Amino acid sequence: MSDTFILDGREIPFAPGQTILQAAMAAGVYIPRLCYHPEFKPHGSCKLCTVKVNGRHTASCTYKAAPGLEVESNTEELNAERRTLVQMLFVEGNHFCPSCEKSGDCQLQATAYELGMMSPHFDHFFPDRPVDASHPDLLLDFNRCILCSLCVRASRDVDKKNVFALAGRGIGSHLIVNAASGRLADTNVALEDKAVQVCPVGVILRKRRGFAVPIGQRTYDKAPISGQARTTWQEEG
Amino acid sequence: MSFNLETAAHPEKLRRVAIDPVSRVEGHGKVTLLLDEQNKVHQVRLHIVEFRGFERFIQGRPYWEVPVMVQRLCGICPVSHHLAAAKALDRVLGVKHLTPTAEKMRRLMHYGQMLQSHALHFFHLSSPDLLFGFDSDVAKRNIVGVAEKYPETAKKGVLLRKFGQEVIRCTAGKRVHGTGAIPGGVNKSLSRAERDALLADIYRIVAWSREAVHLARELHTSNPALYNSFGIFRSNMLSIVGHNGDLDFYHGSLRARDDNGGIIFDGVDYQGYNTILEEEVKPWSYMKFPYIKSLGKEQGWYKVGPLARVQNCDRIPTPLAEAERREFIDYAGGTPMHAPLAYHWTRMIEVLHAAEVIKDLLHDDDILGNDLMTEGARQQEGVGVIEAPRGTLIHHYQVDENDLVTLCNLIVSTTHNNQAMNEAVRHVARRYLHGKEITEGLLNHIEVAIRAFDPCLSCATHALGKMPLEVELLDAEGRCLDRLAKHGDGRFYPGLGQGA
Repeated sequence: MSDTFILDGREIPFAPGQTILQAAMAAGVYIPRLCYHPEFKPHGSCKLCTVKVNGRHTASCTYKAAPGLEVESNTEELNAERRTLVQMLFVEGNHFCPSCEKSGDCQLQATAYELGMMSPHFDHFFPDRPVDASHPDLLLDFNRCILCSLCVRASRDVDKKNVFALAGRGIGSHLIVNAASGRLADTNVALEDKAVQVCPVGVILRKRRGFAVPIGQRTYDKAPISGQARTTWQEEG
Repeated sequence: MSFNLETAAHPEKLRRVAIDPVSRVEGHGKVTLLLDEQNKVHQVRLHIVEFRGFERFIQGRPYWEVPVMVQRLCGICPVSHHLAAAKALDRVLGVKHLTPTAEKMRRLMHYGQMLQSHALHFFHLSSPDLLFGFDSDVAKRNIVGVAEKYPETAKKGVLLRKFGQEVIRCTAGKRVHGTGAIPGGVNKSLSRAERDALLADIYRIVAWSREAVHLARELHTSNPALYNSFGIFRSNMLSIVGHNGDLDFYHGSLRARDDNGGIIFDGVDYQGYNTILEEEVKPWSYMKFPYIKSLGKEQGWYKVGPLARVQNCDRIPTPLAEAERREFIDYAGGTPMHAPLAYHWTRMIEVLHAAEVIKDLLHDDDILGNDLMTEGARQQEGVGVIEAPRGTLIHHYQVDENDLVTLCNLIVSTTHNNQAMNEAVRHVARRYLHGKEITEGLLNHIEVAIRAFDPCLSCATHALGKMPLEVELLDAEGRCLDRLAKHGDGRFYPGLGQGA
């Protein structure tokens, strides 16, 4: 018999040590998130999974579930805040969905749809971020980086290669490649690396594969991201 | 043909008339007429003052993104850019022949587009002028007016377009801006359900397309005095032609004829397009002026599109459309027809051909196949040419060893017709502008002349009769002699700033 907490009025069971997000996902309840991945230690940076626990904002990916907690997630107020966060991510980079090969498979795009984002709202930064096409089989399009650090964590913790890192601070934070030249071609990254598989947006791409999956058969053509939460989580977990 | 559009010996003696349609979607076009002291039209300039920059910002992008990105050039016939780019990048991948399934899927997509784009232009944009008259009540001169007076015609026009859009959806995944073609092939074939759904309608579509040809022919032949002479000018004609000189919208070699129908060049591999075509830049327009190199700037310009294609080919390889082509050629009397309004008739012959080709492709089991991609030896450069609804479309790319695009050159259909449209407007203006007064009739007639070419700005200049249009007549010092504006409600006012 496990303990439970209350999420949006529903009783959610949890195992000792589980976070609110993990328990919610196991119960098939979708909480928006971009920097969380079940195989890696939570990062708590994207803040999309922010919920209210007993009235206070907190990241559900890092907050441990406890008996009797009152958690709000799917509320107008929290979803409006999440929508604003996503809008800021869109204007900070160069996210041109119409010509992006990740369209239909992109978690940022799918989350924006989920949250009902109708426009970027804020002025675009239009940063100048050249692509790194030096690697024969991989393309890095920094224009779409949302600093989730999943590739950093995967390369460090799983691949043991430390190919990627986040450099700079605050608004100057950016993804870099750990090579003297700064070029991906000069690292030991490999196609089968976990770091190559985890990008939730369109930064780390297999070359010459774009648009091979027809419209209608892409991940989020079949069901919105909230409708995939349970199965994706259970498969991954 | 030898008239020099650009030079005015004594420009200080000329007056300037500017016709300034405000665009919504396809950019902004504007016409200026320069009048001499006798108030006769001395020069005409159709300015395309939009600037898109696609050729620049595609540089530095990975090549496989290009067919999807460049189709955003247009919302009416994006499939043309999608396929021309894919064809060019096939060559970059060293692929000269696609699998049968891939080629037929691309053809199906393209002919579906030809059907929908031509139907849109004829029924939605041009039929109001042709059915009601150029000077008829502007409140009725739109597709809604057509639907009231000719409900069957309007309905068939709308459904023809819808069918074409559905063909595109089944081949590209979306009606507008899909992803079907990828360098080296396609990403899907038809399912049996998709094929059967399209087959259920195609015979009706062929029949309606035939009726559309007859409607366009009837309009033309019942008023030869107007249709054979309105805006007429003689010019060379350019298009690709397929195997054995067949009409082919998807693939072929370049052929050009002179104004008498004589061959200028034929069988030219379009990979070398830049050895036979040159583009001239003029300071008053962002749209370049292409010409046939060997003939020079003055004599080398040409027209493209349905009127050029139907007369450039030796035959149409589908029986119903070929019968209509023969009738058109017979009507023209054995010499090339140059009248701009004949574009409409030939455009409908192409609609019929597209419908027949779609019918044949739907009966070909290759479109259900699974062999979608081809590989070859990687090259640094490729050219793709296709016959878009509005005419020959050229895409040229260079790609570096890292798979990034380093050069992009696009010559789009409307650009080929640049000088031709200027000529047509000049002829119309000379005939219908009298004195210093700008009349509503003049505006209407100039619009009809431009629209016959179906330039990409036609949707902007004919948005259900709601196009704001301003004409100014200025002297050389900039003094306004006359001004007339048409508002979105179709009423006329002395200037856009008043009466709005």
